[in-house]
Parts: sequence; C-alpha cells; structure tokens
Amino acid sequence: MEVFAERIKSAFWLVGGLMFAIGLLGWYDRFAHGHAHAAYGNIVVWGLWVSVYIFFIGLSAGAFLVSSLVYVFAVKRFEPIGRLALFTALVTLLLALLSIIVDLGHMGRAWHVVVYANFNSPMAWMLYLYAFYSIILALELWFVLRTDFVRLEPTGGPGARLYRLLALGSSDASEVRIAADRRIVKVLASIGVPTAIMFHGGVGALFATVASRPHWHSGLYPILFVLSALVSGGALLAVVAAVFQDGVRRHRELILDLGRLVLALTALDVLFQVSEFLIAFRGGIPGHTAGLLLVINGPFKEVFWIGQVLLGTLVPLALLALPTRKNPWAVVVACGLIVLGVFAMRLNIVIPGLAVEEIRGLAATVSTPRITAHYVPSAAEWLLTIGIGGLGMLLFGLGERLLPRTQAEEN
Amino acid sequence: MATCSRCASPIGTETYLLEVENALLRAGFTDVHHVRLCEVCKREAANQGQATGATASPPSAELPTTAMAVSRRDFVTRLAGVASVAGAVAVGLSAATGLASPSEPRKHRWGMVIDTRRCVGCQACMVACKAENKTPPGVNYVVVTNNMLGERPEDKPVFSAKPCFHCEKPPCVDVCPVSATFKRKQDGIVVIDYDRCIGCRYCQTACPYGARYFDFGEDYPAQTGDGAYRPPSPEYNQFRVREHGASPVGNVRKCTFCLHLQDENGEYDRAAGRWPACAKTCTGHAIRFGDFLDLDSEVSRLIRQHQTVRVKEEFGAEPNVLYLL
Repeated sequence: MEVFAERIKSAFWLVGGLMFAIGLLGWYDRFAHGHAHAAYGNIVVWGLWVSVYIFFIGLSAGAFLVSSLVYVFAVKRFEPIGRLALFTALVTLLLALLSIIVDLGHMGRAWHVVVYANFNSPMAWMLYLYAFYSIILALELWFVLRTDFVRLEPTGGPGARLYRLLALGSSDASEVRIAADRRIVKVLASIGVPTAIMFHGGVGALFATVASRPHWHSGLYPILFVLSALVSGGALLAVVAAVFQDGVRRHRELILDLGRLVLALTALDVLFQVSEFLIAFRGGIPGHTAGLLLVINGPFKEVFWIGQVLLGTLVPLALLALPTRKNPWAVVVACGLIVLGVFAMRLNIVIPGLAVEEIRGLAATVSTPRITAHYVPSAAEWLLTIGIGGLGMLLFGLGERLLPRTQAEEN
Repeated sequence: MATCSRCASPIGTETYLLEVENALLRAGFTDVHHVRLCEVCKREAANQGQATGATASPPSAELPTTAMAVSRRDFVTRLAGVASVAGAVAVGLSAATGLASPSEPRKHRWGMVIDTRRCVGCQACMVACKAENKTPPGVNYVVVTNNMLGERPEDKPVFSAKPCFHCEKPPCVDVCPVSATFKRKQDGIVVIDYDRCIGCRYCQTACPYGARYFDFGEDYPAQTGDGAYRPPSPEYNQFRVREHGASPVGNVRKCTFCLHLQDENGEYDRAAGRWPACAKTCTGHAIRFGDFLDLDSEVSRLIRQHQTVRVKEEFGAEPNVLYLL
C-alpha cells in the first residue's frame, strides 16, 4: 500500500506539471485574444469559468468549515487534519480567484469594486466577503503554523529558508506563546465560521436573487450552496488526507470518520436537491421547470445522470454505506467521486440556469454564435481551466513536501 | 396590509396607472415606487396630473411627506454624503449613485409603444441600429422576434421589435458590483459607464428581457485586417474606436435610445432627424418613441387610447416599452 501511495505521488507531480504547462496555452490565449475564443455568449453569459469558480470556493468553504471542528469545537479525532484542511481551503481559494478573474471583461479593473462600491449588489458583497474570508484564513493558518516555522527553521531541513521567511521574524516558541497562538487561532476560527457560511451562502444568494432566471431563484439555493460546499470540501479532505504526507498509514481512522461525515452530509444534500425538483415540477410553471428539464433531458443530460446522479451520488453513497465503508481506499474513491459529482452539479447550476432564452424567439433573431442558448465550453476555456487545476495540483504537491507536520505526527 | 400613503385607508390589489406615476414624478419624487395609493387617491392624483400638464404644479401638499418617499437609494446616497469626508472610498460611493441633487425632478420619461400589428418583420430597425451605433457581431441593441402561434399555424406570424425597455425599476442596475450601470435621473435612460464596467456580466443575467450584450471584441469581416473600415461609434458622444483590450471591448453594452442624438438640453428633435434610429427608420411605423411625461406626446396618447401590455409584468421591472397587440 505504501508503494502504491508513493506511486500516486509521482504520478501526481507529473500530471499536475503537465496540466499546468498545457494551461499556459490557455493563459496566452486569454491575454492575447481576450474573450474572443470563449464560447459563452449573450444568452448563456457565464460558462465553465464561473462554474469552476463556484466549485473551488465551495471546496474552500467546505474544507474551512471542517477545520473548524478542530479549531473551534476541539473535536480531537479530526486534530491531525486541521492544518491540512486550512491549507486546502487556502489553495482552492486561490484557484477560485484565478478562475473568476479571467472571466472578467477587464481583469485590470477588479479594484473598481472597492472604489465604486454598490452595496445593493450581491456580487459586491461576495467580493468583500471573499477578501475578509481570505484574510481570516491566511492569518489562522499562519498562527497554526508559526511555532512550527520557528521550530523547523534552525534544523536546516528542506524548506528551512522558506520557513524563516514565513516566520516573519518571529522566533518565540515558548509554551506561553504557543498557548497564546492557540487562543488567537480559536478566535480567528470562530470569526471564520460565520464568514465562510456568509461568503459561500452569499454566492448562492448571488444566483438566487436573480429573479429573471427562475432556475436559480429559490430560497433553497444559498443553503444548498453551503451544504454542497461541506460535502465537496469534506470529501476532498478525505482524498487529500489519504495521499498527503503519511497518508492512509496514519490517517486511516480519520479517513473512515470523514467518510461517515460525508455520507451524512451527502444524504442531506440529496434531500435538498430532490425537494428542489419535486416542488418545481409539481408546480409546473414553465419558467421554473425549463432549466431543470435541460438538466435532466437537455443536450448534456449525461452530466446529470452519469456525472451527478450515478457516479457522484449513488455509487459513493453505496461505497460509504455498505461494508466497504471500513476500507479507507474505498472511502477515498467514494469521496473522489463525490468531488467530481459536485463539479457536475456546479455546471448544472450555472449553465442550464442561463440556457433558456429570456424572450421567446430571441436566439432566432440573429444568426450568430453569441446569441444562442446552446453552450459548449471552447478549447480555450478548457485549456485555462486545466491549467488552473494543474496549478492546484502543484501547490498541493509543494504543500505535501513543505507543510510542517504536527509535533505529534513526527514523534 | 398596505395602506394608502395619502388617506391611510387599506389597499387591496393594486392596479398600475401610468398617469399616477407621472404625476408623482412631475411633483419631484425621484422614486415613485415607494408611494402606495388607494384607487380613489390614484384617480385624483391622475386627474391632477392631467390638469396641470407639463407644469410642475405639485400635488405634493396632499401627497406623502418626502420623508416617507425617501427611497433606499436616496438613503444610501445621503449616508454616503455624510461619510464623504472619510475619504476616497466614500467619494467613489456618492459618485457611484450618481445623485448630485437627489430631489431634481425628472424632466422626461422616454419610452416606446410598439404596435406589433404594424410590424412587418423587415428588420430595418436592426440594420438602422447597427448603422447608427456601429455595434459588432453578436451585439444587437434591438432585435425582431418572430413567434408563430403554436396552435394556429395558419395564422400570420407575430413580429415584435425588442429594444432595451429602460425599466422604471431596472433589475440590471442594482446588481452591478461597481455601479457602472445606472438609470439617468433626468430622463430615465439606463446607461453604462464603459470606463467603470469590469465586464462581469452579472447585469446580463439579471435583465429579464435579454437587452444587454457583451462585446467579445469580434469584428465584421470588412472591419478586419489592414486598412479596414473601423468607424467610431457615436454612443454617449464618446466616439470610441473599438480596439483589443480597450472599452467598449470587454464591456456589456446596451441600447441607449440613441441618447447621443439629444441636444445639450436633453431634447430629441424628430423633425431634424435626431430621433432613435430604430423608430426613425421603422417602415411600418410600428415603433413609436416619445416622452410619457408629456401627455400630448404620441406615445402618451397611444396608451390612453389603447390597451397596452408590458412584457413579463410579473417581474416588477415596469418597462417603459409597451406593446399594442
């Protein structure tokens, strides 16, 4: 099993590097040609990049909320995964930032949100909460790791220089200081929990408040976003914990626990989503069902039936509920599938919600690929997305090498 | 239950009355939608509005106090005014809400009445708009939809021209994270500040009518290559030439009722040809443009004399483009 884990790690670096390299083409295209090679248009105005964005911030908020089990609620059994969860939250948050900034028509004007604030806009609030959340997250992670930076810096091991840099000049590793750090972490984490919920729930509200897109316009949406975040974040952590550093060897019990947590959350998530469908279809208002009909019977129904339902929900639920739940690798596979299933779900939120022409006959008025309800992400969009995914893998790889283990783990 | 802002009697189902809104606008209320009137008071206000015509003789003595009519937006602006000493952020804020003098009365309520019975589907309005605003492929400020009635295939098709509706309560405006799009105080035209817009396209999702278009930076074949014909667009009297990375490429764009044709006083002149291109060119005279605040205008007469409909009324955007069927 250990050999297997090592092989996974090498393959991981290789795939990550390759994806990142491919992504450079996408970045070049985005800077050289702007949005000209993106396939979204004026009916489906948001596409793959926005879907990827809400996927990543969901992972971030979910991982952060799982970390709060350690740093706010002091759940001992999740202790070993605390810093890993915070690290995951930070990396996925960075990836989210990259995916949304390329989606802007004018990337260089992102700062306008601060100067020309519109407090009526859910998007403006989302961006302020993004900024606040990222500060809390970075501070919390730093205070969690500070003493380790100080402790590891003189050992001269791999990354000693980096640790010295990251210690930001602090050198106090006394018990008193450690206790003080712990209190600060608890305060930060306690502020972080409502922040993460507001942030990601706020992204749900960003969609839900758009009354003109009935597919999104549901009071369940903000809650569904937070719930899906917990599901995907918890599931990703199980995968990361299995590969990261000591991996399954040390985290066996923890992974099984995460599996149980993810099972419960996924069941709740399914309940919410089923409710969304049942209410809409029994009500039968064409505007409300149009998007859902595209999800279950549109040109990309496989994304729903195979990606979201079969591989993303039914198979992992079975793996997590049947006796395979005691096998950590089965749990990891199930959790990996759940993460992919949530990605499919994110696509099914953004695209079918938009792929209904606002005025009947609108798409037929002009013959242009920019005014059509049909959307398939273009090569340029995929390349950039793959690159961002690759960057994420490389960052996880670096973290795997350099993130200090807890003292308990080293002993 | 809501109560009447004037006589305090309870209000049941409310009906929409354009004249009432106009009377209130003329009286200086910048946001008339927070005023609730019962049916009796509505009729009285409307009659007063009719009698006073375009002069600003206010029914305000009997209408609610300004305090009651202060809208959320005004409130935010006033807050911003207080905070403006705090620095650049607040300065940006008050500039963002764009209200130098919040009580300045509305001068015009530009809008259209589109008679679908007169529309022959020639699409001349689409061409005229392209020629006027020099919009790129995929950006169409006005489109003509063609809907056959499903159950009656032998019937003639229903064409309807669809510009931006310049709603009284535009859903696109509130969602803009940088206040780059707003409804002009003086005449209600919904505009976009190209230099401020970040191109997030949130407004496009919020518009129930598909009236907003993102400029992807594409050109018509005649506009590509060396020595190509790249005319500046007269939009907003800015005469921008589209170039990669420079506004309006990467911005959301929309119909402006050709406001660049207004004179310095904000007036159109139909006889002089300074009139929105689509309405000017409409072969069947289906697109009628005018000022709903002017009770003698063609559009005001049309909505008095005919039953008009507004598209997707249930969204509450209160479009200023009405249709005759």
